Formats: sequence, structure tokens, C-alpha cells
Amino acid sequence: MENILEVRGLKKYFEVSGGNLHAVDDVSFELKQAETLGVVGESGCGKSTLGRVVLGLLDATDGSILFEGKETARLNKNERFSLRKNMQMIFQDPYSSLDPRMCVRDIIAQPLLIYRCLNSKDEIDNRVADIMQTVGLDIRFAFSYPHELDGGRRQRVGIGRALALNPKFIVCDEPVSALDVSIQAQILNLMQDLQQEKKFSYLFITHDLSVVKHISNNIMVMYLGGVIEKCESDQLFEHPLHPYTKGLLAAIPIPVPGAKRERELLKGELSSPINPKPGCRFVNRCFCPTDLCGRQQPSLKEILPGHFVACHHVERVNDM
Amino acid sequence: MKLLEIRGLEIHYVTDDGIFKAVNGVDLVIEEGEAVGLVGETGAGKTTTALGILRLVPSPPGKIVGGEIFFAGENLLKKSMKAMRKIRGAEISMIFQDPMTALNPTIRVGEQIAEVIKQHMNCSKTEALSRAIDMLSTVGIQPERAMEYPHQFSGGMKQRVVIAIALACQPKLLIADEPTTALDVTIQAQVLDMIHDLQQKLHTSMLLITHDLGVVAETCDKVAIMYAGEIMEYGTLDQVYNDTKHPYTKGLFASIPSLDKKAGRLQPIQGMMPNPSDLPSGCVFHPRCPRASEICKVKAASMSEVSGGHFVRCILCENGDMEGK
Repeated sequence: MENILEVRGLKKYFEVSGGNLHAVDDVSFELKQAETLGVVGESGCGKSTLGRVVLGLLDATDGSILFEGKETARLNKNERFSLRKNMQMIFQDPYSSLDPRMCVRDIIAQPLLIYRCLNSKDEIDNRVADIMQTVGLDIRFAFSYPHELDGGRRQRVGIGRALALNPKFIVCDEPVSALDVSIQAQILNLMQDLQQEKKFSYLFITHDLSVVKHISNNIMVMYLGGVIEKCESDQLFEHPLHPYTKGLLAAIPIPVPGAKRERELLKGELSSPINPKPGCRFVNRCFCPTDLCGRQQPSLKEILPGHFVACHHVERVNDM
Repeated sequence: MKLLEIRGLEIHYVTDDGIFKAVNGVDLVIEEGEAVGLVGETGAGKTTTALGILRLVPSPPGKIVGGEIFFAGENLLKKSMKAMRKIRGAEISMIFQDPMTALNPTIRVGEQIAEVIKQHMNCSKTEALSRAIDMLSTVGIQPERAMEYPHQFSGGMKQRVVIAIALACQPKLLIADEPTTALDVTIQAQVLDMIHDLQQKLHTSMLLITHDLGVVAETCDKVAIMYAGEIMEYGTLDQVYNDTKHPYTKGLFASIPSLDKKAGRLQPIQGMMPNPSDLPSGCVFHPRCPRASEICKVKAASMSEVSGGHFVRCILCENGDMEGK
């Protein structure tokens, strides 16, 4: 299948008082139609910034983003406008991402009005009713306001708004993090059903590894702005190669009593992303750093077919 | 020995929009040195139960309308506010969910820990401060940082400070309300390990409130599943996780995406949490229960013991035909 999105060497630096904050540093990936790429990492690793830069909500410092083969940065205003129709976003917080003064019908109709896809009020009403049915919202909520809905229903409104224009690509920024586990499962099922039916591609950003495993085809692990491991979803969970990924997986509490594994806990915390030192970013938390790690930043190399890792000592760490 | 025993606790919030029944007849026992997990979704009444134990339910609108809470043999609900102040922080202490708002931003962390020691341990300011610094190293923070302010610490470090405050007077009971929800998973693992180690070392009993069944599996001995103000299932980890009885608990487990098994479709619980001002008749879970029958709509289930120490609130268990499925 064709790549719908290709990102090459993407960088996003923010100028802050202390220097340059490297939020996204040299990230490359591609995404095929009807597939999901999961982006995992802890807070501050640049995953949300990545989503925003890809959508064009923030300008990239360097690198290129090709959507259906077209470089998005080179487009003029009109082309960009029509491109955005195909790229949508589902936000993390269903409480702050909906306008409290608009009712559900108006929120979902907003993109349709902006893109003037439908002419009469009746057509819009019908389309909104369709969308509400698709995302599992009862039509009686059409004139409810966000504060009258609970978290799960609000997130359904957010999803409805994102798919109103039949986009090809949706950035999902922690779409289920604010929801309870039983509601979270309902929303994840909905998103999977919609993907099968409408062939959406998702860039699924989350810190929850069990959610990302459930929904993704491929997973990219980020640490301090850089990608440190990238491969197929099952492969990552069965054979993590990077020391950080290993530590991350070992840290997940699993709901099986007595299953507490012999684990090597990651020590310390994220170092500062402002003017990072040369060398591997993970060096201060790694369990087997060497001099080389402190001097030179490892690049992402294909260690096994389709399995990319950024570590100087991946063979030694994994006894390969 | 029983350290804490809650019997039939009922807490309501009385507002202009009606009476919100947050906690409806909760029974819970915590033995000495034992860690009990209290699991439930948002609005299940977990935090209200914890605040009830400390008599911190905001009043108005909150009101403890019934029940008894025995702590070390004494009924906390009969104590005066002055007596309660002696208990809070010294005998029972609490770790709050959000370390960012639990600390005073204008006071150095060492002094914040010393404050509780000075209050309860009857010692001088200098001695309290030196004990506070000891506490900091117990929770894995370098003593030099005692003179720093909360904003100079990261989230995980702030939660360590909050834990140091909670454990400073060596309480008999520690209530931890979602202590790691605001933290990243690697930091969560560090903090949970530390809480677990300290709890074992100091022989403190713990009530751990969380929505994460994984966290409970790693840190607790027993678990209580709460839904709409009632305990639905209670037992040891093994009983509740490996021999799940209640349809709600089963639904919770089926909603969690598994890390080991191949990805399939999740089996979520249908519908939403009921509104606490308008709880369903009969069993509170019946509108969402896949196994509900006519009787569930009218008759509330009582707690029945299915095996030693394993309690379930479900009519199916009362009749003993749970194995039918």
C-alpha cells in the first residue's frame, strides 16, 4: 500500500530563555493508508509537538513532511487549506477541546461549514445525524452542550468533529488518557471500527503502552525528542532492543498478582532538552553506558529487518 | 489484628440539585501491616471514602449520614475535631493524587516536612528539621535539597516529598489516593517500589486508592472493587484476580488491553456510570450488567462470602449459580 505520509529529518526547536529547546530532533517515519503508527514516550519527549508539527499547527525548524507525495511546507495558502481537510486531530482533553458555548450539532457541523461541503441546512443536519450515529452518540444529544455530557460522550463528539470531513489522516493525541478504563475500551473499539470502515491512517500518540500495543501496527519510541526504537508492534513488546524500551516495558504494572517481574528499574529522570549535550540522550539513565555514548549520538540503524534502534551497543546489550 | 474497620459507611452530598449518594454502605477491614487496594472508576466514591476516614469530607455539602469507622478500637466518627487533628498526620496520614498542588509553593520542602513533625512529635524546631532531612534521604532525595522550594523539583521528586511528609510521624495507616496517576510510567515504578518498601519496613497499613488494577497487583495484599458507592467484590489478590466473580470486575478486566495476548477486540462494559443523585433501583450495576435478570431491577444484592474472605455483592452468588456461565 502507498505511503500516505512521509516525514524526513523533522526538527522542531523552540527558543527559550536558556537556549534552544530541542523538542523534536531528526525524526523520520512513514505511514501507510489504513495503518496506525503509535508514538510512545514519557511526558516531555516531544510526542505531542511531533503531532502538531506534522499537522502544520507549528512550523518545522527543519526537515520535510510529504503528505500524499506533496511537500506540505511548499504549499500556498489555498493548497494548504484544502490539504487540511484531509488531516484532522483528536485531542487529549475532551473537556477543554470543545467550545462550551456550542451545542453538539454546531461543533460537528463547524468543519462542514468552513469547507462549504454542503449547501442547505437540511443536508448539514442529515450529515451531522449520520456522524453522530457513526460515533455512537444518541441523536437526542444534538442540542446538548458539552458540559451536559460525560467524558466518554464528549470524546465521541471530538471524534465526530475530526471525521466530519472524511479525512485520510488523523493525529490522535492521547485520545483516551482522560477516560476511565471501561469507557476507554469503548472509544478504542470505536476508533478501530472506523479505521476498518473508512481506511483512516492514525498517528496515535500516547504514554500508555498497553493501549498503543492494542491499536498500532508499528510503534515508534521517543526519548527527549529523538526516536530511539521503531518497529512492528508485536516485535517491540516481544523483543525490545533499546535499554530504554526495556526499562519502559518493565515499569508497566500488569494486572496479574505475583507477576512482578525481576526488573531493572530505570533510575533518574529525563535530562533537560534545552541545549542537550552531545552523545546519547539516554546516557545518564542507561545501565551500561560507555565513553562512546557520552561523545557521539547514535543514529537509528536497522538491526533486524524492519526493526530500527538507536544505540551504539545494541549487540552487547542483547547478546547478539 | 484489625486496625481499621468500616461498617456501613454512608456519605451523601446534599446540594440544590438533589442528594448525591457518594458512599452507600461500605464495609471494609484493614489488618495491621496489610495493604488494601480500593479500585473503581471516576465517581465510584473512592476518594470520598478516604476523606470520610479522616473526617475531611467538605461540609457542607458533604455529610456522613451513617455507619461507623473503628480505628484501633475507637470510633472516629464520635471524636471531636480537636482529637481528629491529633490523629491526622500522626496516626493516619494521606498522600494526595497531585503532588503539584499538595505542597505549599512558598515554603522550603524541608520546612514542610518539619512542620508535621513539630506538630505531632513534641520536639524543637531544629530537631524537627533534622528529622525532616532524615526523612528526605529515606525517600531517596539528597539532604542538600531540603532548602529548595517545590518548583525546583520534578513531579516524581515532589511526590517523594509528599510521601516523606505522610510518613514523617510513622503513622499506623497510610491512605494513598492515586499516588502515581500524575507520574510517568518509569517514575511510577520507582515511586511504587519505594512506597511498598517503606510500608513493609515501617509496618504501616495502607489503603491504596487507584483506578489501575496493575498498580494494585504490584503493591497490595487485598483488593476491594468499588462501583457507585458500594463495594462489589472484596478478597485477596488471588481470589479477585484469578477467581473473579462479580460481572463488574469481569468487565473491568476485559476492558484492559493486554500486553501479553494478541490484540483482539476489547470487551468493554456497556453504558455509563449511573448518576449518584439518581441511582438505579435494585442492584446499582444492573443497567450495565450482561447477566442481569428481572430480580436485579428490584432487589439489591447483599454481600455474600463465596469462599474464605472472598466477598461478592451479586444475586447470582447469593444463589450459588455463578458457575453457570
